[in-house]
Amino acid sequence: MSKSKKAAVRIILYLLLLILALVMLTPFAWMLSASLKLSKDVFLFPIQWIPENPRWSNYSDIWSKIPLGIFIANTAKLTVIITLLQLFTSSFAAYAFAKLRFKGRDLLFMGYIATIAVPWQAYMVPQFIIMSRLHLNNTHTAIILLQAFSAFGVFMMRQFYQSIPDELCEAARIDGMSEYGIYAKIMLPLSKPALSTITIFTFVAVWNDFLGPLIYLTKTELKTIQIGLRMFISQYSAEYGLIMSGSVIALIPVLIVFLSLQKYFVEGVASSGLKG
Amino acid sequence: MNSATQARKGLSRKAKENLIAYSFIAPNFIGFSLFTLVPLIFALVLSVLSWDGSNPIEFVGFDNFVRMFKDKTFWQALQNTLLYTAGVVPMTMAAALGLALLLNQKLRGRNFFRTVAFFPYVASLVAVAAVWSFLFSPTRGPVNQVLHMITNLPVSKLPGWATDKNWAIPTVIFFSIWKTMGYYMVIYLAGLQNVNPELYESASLDGAGAINRFRYITIPQLAPTTFFVLMILIINSFKVYDIFITIFAGADNVLSGTTRVLVYQIYNAAFRSLNYGYASAIALVLFLIVLIITIIQFKGEKKFGE
Repeated sequence: MSKSKKAAVRIILYLLLLILALVMLTPFAWMLSASLKLSKDVFLFPIQWIPENPRWSNYSDIWSKIPLGIFIANTAKLTVIITLLQLFTSSFAAYAFAKLRFKGRDLLFMGYIATIAVPWQAYMVPQFIIMSRLHLNNTHTAIILLQAFSAFGVFMMRQFYQSIPDELCEAARIDGMSEYGIYAKIMLPLSKPALSTITIFTFVAVWNDFLGPLIYLTKTELKTIQIGLRMFISQYSAEYGLIMSGSVIALIPVLIVFLSLQKYFVEGVASSGLKG
Repeated sequence: MNSATQARKGLSRKAKENLIAYSFIAPNFIGFSLFTLVPLIFALVLSVLSWDGSNPIEFVGFDNFVRMFKDKTFWQALQNTLLYTAGVVPMTMAAALGLALLLNQKLRGRNFFRTVAFFPYVASLVAVAAVWSFLFSPTRGPVNQVLHMITNLPVSKLPGWATDKNWAIPTVIFFSIWKTMGYYMVIYLAGLQNVNPELYESASLDGAGAINRFRYITIPQLAPTTFFVLMILIINSFKVYDIFITIFAGADNVLSGTTRVLVYQIYNAAFRSLNYGYASAIALVLFLIVLIITIIQFKGEKKFGE
């Protein structure tokens, strides 16, 4: 290719990047800008990207309009408990599937694999009936039990463990280490990348879950940030400024976690795509 | 652990090993079977029953299915779901592939742009749906303001987006593409890393241009990735619910004939009409659709694996 042609290609590529950034970022920029405006100024056109008199009070008023603090605390609590349970139970079960021989192993694992493909929406109704019978309707426990034992986590961890050589376990066994010891002292420390991937997947899934909390949590004091924010949006649909400040607040934790664990997230998505 | 004490009483080594293995699996498996396996089997049984959760259970045979086939709203929901799928799947694939090809080039700040493209996927749906409904507000939203400025058409002649029955599904399709294409882009980027660079080099030596290299190397080499993305996209679009609710529904979470989807029908039948049997019949349809796609995927992956 000639030099000038190469330069032209690069210019086109950078133009495409610019369009991409505009399409992806404009909604967020507009959200941020509107979150600092009076509701009556939100739709003024041409858009005033940087408000003349930024209304910082939107960010303090929202906390008294809705129990945003409670919503965030509820979501954080659910996220932490579910993620920890998920990490523990799936890494524990996956160890047996990957490194131990026992009766019924392949059959059990097939059972796990088969359910990964089943959409949750297909069995959410009987699940709800079971939870109601256990008197767990309108409790956080229901949401925890619903999400803490995923087949996907077991599958991911098993795939990872299989990449760790069996000789490592064998050597430890000869040294007299118990299986629990091998799991805790050898496998877990080695599986940080897989654990991080599960952490961020679970975090995002729980933080952004919509249908689960919608079905189970009808009491305001139990609601998560998603359905709490939605309740506010439908109740005060004309409070544009406040809706946007609430939305910005809802996005911040995800943004922080995403930026700090992004590498693992991208690797996780990529490997799930390659494995199929 | 009682497995240890039993072992001392002379349990065989094999049995002891089994017990240890089961103890590893138990914490996950108990929860998994109670809240996934049992409901799954329960769902199949429920579809031939009539039950509201409190009155006695009644066996109704295929009545739920007969009712479903006569239910106009079910067909509307299926049609809308199919329309949405038909739009979202090819366009998200094209957008994701385009993004991946662009962000696979050695460009300045490409990691930043990858992050930017991916972020909407993890962003809270309710928050981004709120900003979208403001941006696409028919009378005052900036999108129609800009369109008005360009075309000089009165706002009433411009698309009403989510509130317009002809534009409702396209609006939600645009939104979905915007929100999820970054995810599929990452899968495509991983696929691109697996393309052998020597193939491009030898093709260049043979004088193949960029378009031919794309057509005869990139596309075939990416076929397994494309197939995977296609299957996941189809499955995900049949499961759609929350995007529709956040874009279209008010406080009552009600969707109209032009916007209702399959999962909405399940939700409505179960949690509004308290007809668990009927809800499970619709759920079975969703399950079967996803099952068929999964079987195709399984077969296809075997083919690509060879």
